[in-house]
Amino acid sequence: MYQYTEEQLNSMKKVEATRKERTANLFRRMTAEEKQSVLQEYHPDYIEGAYETLKVGKNKGGKVLHELASLLQGKSRIHDYKIDLENPNYDVDVLVIGGGGAGSSAAITADDNGAKVMIVTKLRIGDANTMMAEGGIQAADKPNDSPAIHYLDAFGGGHFAAKPCLLEKLVCEAPDAIRWLNDLGVMFDKTEDGTMVTTHGGGTSRKRMHACKDYSGAEIMRTLRDEVINRGIPVVDFTAAIEIIKDSNGNAAGAVLLNMETGEIKVAKAKTVVIATGGAGRLHYQGFPTSNHYGATADGLVLAYRAGAKLMYPETLQYHPTGVAEPTQIFGALVTEKVRSLGAQLVNKDGEPFVYSLETRDVTASTIIRECKGRKNSVKTTDGEGVWLDTPMIDQINGEGTIEKRIPAMLRMFIKYGIDIRKDPILIYPTLHYQNGGIDIKANGESEDVGNLFVAGEAVGGIHGKNRLMGNSLLDIIVFGRNAGKFASAKVKEGIEVGTLTLDHVDAFEKELKDAGVDTGIVSPKLLPDYTRKDM
Amino acid sequence: MENMVNVYLFGKQYKVPKSLTIMKAMEYAGYKLIRGCGCRNGFCGACATIYRIKGQTALKTCLACQQQVEEGMYVATLPFFPLVKQVYDIQKIKPTEQIMMQLYPEIYSCIGCNACTKACPQSLKVMQYIAYAQRGEYENCAEESFDCVMCGICSSRCPAGISHPQVAILARRLYGKYIAPKCEHLLERVQEINDGKFNDDMLDIMNKPLEEQKALYNTREIEK
Repeated sequence: MYQYTEEQLNSMKKVEATRKERTANLFRRMTAEEKQSVLQEYHPDYIEGAYETLKVGKNKGGKVLHELASLLQGKSRIHDYKIDLENPNYDVDVLVIGGGGAGSSAAITADDNGAKVMIVTKLRIGDANTMMAEGGIQAADKPNDSPAIHYLDAFGGGHFAAKPCLLEKLVCEAPDAIRWLNDLGVMFDKTEDGTMVTTHGGGTSRKRMHACKDYSGAEIMRTLRDEVINRGIPVVDFTAAIEIIKDSNGNAAGAVLLNMETGEIKVAKAKTVVIATGGAGRLHYQGFPTSNHYGATADGLVLAYRAGAKLMYPETLQYHPTGVAEPTQIFGALVTEKVRSLGAQLVNKDGEPFVYSLETRDVTASTIIRECKGRKNSVKTTDGEGVWLDTPMIDQINGEGTIEKRIPAMLRMFIKYGIDIRKDPILIYPTLHYQNGGIDIKANGESEDVGNLFVAGEAVGGIHGKNRLMGNSLLDIIVFGRNAGKFASAKVKEGIEVGTLTLDHVDAFEKELKDAGVDTGIVSPKLLPDYTRKDM
Repeated sequence: MENMVNVYLFGKQYKVPKSLTIMKAMEYAGYKLIRGCGCRNGFCGACATIYRIKGQTALKTCLACQQQVEEGMYVATLPFFPLVKQVYDIQKIKPTEQIMMQLYPEIYSCIGCNACTKACPQSLKVMQYIAYAQRGEYENCAEESFDCVMCGICSSRCPAGISHPQVAILARRLYGKYIAPKCEHLLERVQEINDGKFNDDMLDIMNKPLEEQKALYNTREIEK
């Protein structure tokens, strides 16, 4: 049994006491006005003091969080090294930067098209947010559903800000993405006649969340990784891209690579480059904990920005409503939305519900912050405060054994610390989860600004607008990963003459910084966070 | 300092807060991790670790991000383990008993010691799923191994040299692709989209003025 405090135990009893009543009478949904008001008052994206104006680059005049601004306007790492652009160590058709779900999908698809592909990744292939996505992947493949209904759910959930041509692609290619994965051997949850087991996610109007228990992302990622290796696609691991190389025509034409362990520099020349570097949770915006993997440091945004790409909605982040608040050992870790899809409610310290369980993520997170900071109805935790997620409701509603069968990873994660989520509720608080914004691309996956630079996955901006629905991220890494692989390799086939390789754009960017009087004193991309103790 | 414990990272002693995981204890001690650290959340298998508590004989295994430190813990991480991964074309192989025999014949050398199962940080019945693989029972092997994070600890303990996680992923891919029931509604929907059945629908919704889109969204029917 976990050592809860007296206050926590007393509060837990109140949660138990109201469970029956709450199960019978669900909390109502919010109106559009109520949602807007709670977002404005409590969502972290609306805290002006956390932002600053960019002084250089394509987004000059736009606002981003301080942590990102210091990296986007940081100093290049290349000054520390002697770089020989004339004798590249690698020469490929498609250089994929990033070994997650998007990068792997892009590489497999480009390989299908006969291109010479190489993946570079600063950790191992599969060390990515994809691996950690638990809940599922959306696709409108049931008779009562359609791409248009999926479109409306995602468009509205993202506050009508998505780039329509990207969202259109996302929803229309979703069923084929599932088919592709299934064909590679991904084990989706199905009934005996092959019907997909699908559930709701926050903000969905149809049950279109496909899952592989609560290891959805892991199952997809390990399958893609296996496929990359089977095909013999070279994976250069523990090697980070620290700068995009351009050619004399102004197009992307490779990357400067840094061996993370030995410090050795290599040069990769490529006809096309795919940035699939993922998100930014490890920047810990506004001091939030994160559900992201160790390497989520927005590197791709920094590389692309310096190369002249514009970012779309870089100011919008997703704070997942349910990060672990207790136990402290897994503070910030993700509690999948599927827990709420299966019926668990959010309740405050007095056992009172305060929000319908499946509002969109930004709204739900805002109501939790309101319950804690505004209404002072939170429970104190080791690292701060939180509210309850009433997990025992799941087996009560769906029958005993549901938790064990449908969310085994959650059960395992807590039981290690003596918390049985089948019997007791858990304490949660929002955690930094997803980078809604990113590099602005065309429907073919190519940067709007830099030729031959393709982007896929979380590094893309605009697919989801200003908030993303559960299950649309696993979907987007597959759809836009395949998309980038397809169009990057097609462009290679059409014929690309790479000009003389150059890093002049880095010098030009730094001159711009100097002229604007910006010196953040920070070297970027960040590559990895630093969690070593500082008071030694 | 009652909240501190002594841990021995690769044999060297450090005092660390006892609330920490092994991974955070290493960082507290000053290690800036490159290898042996991935998702930090029990899904990626990057931080396989072995340890022994001072004065005890039992060798224990865990994921460093998921295990709290204890007094007298001697820790060695296993950031890489040379698993044998055979390559195959998933489109060409078939879910026969022979395929396992061809690709991973060493599984038939299992001596039944169960060291793999005892070592699994995910508490999987590893030896059992290998037995299923030996018999070509891929559905059972797939289900039993489903929560595998491919950390390789099982293989590090195996006297027969079996690469259990690689056997398991082969079984899962065979099951997912060939044995699990086909999903008809999925294939139909893909066909309908390819045939352009939803094109008008999409144009209709995308071309509406924003206010109409908003109204539609706010009044849309939600499946129970």
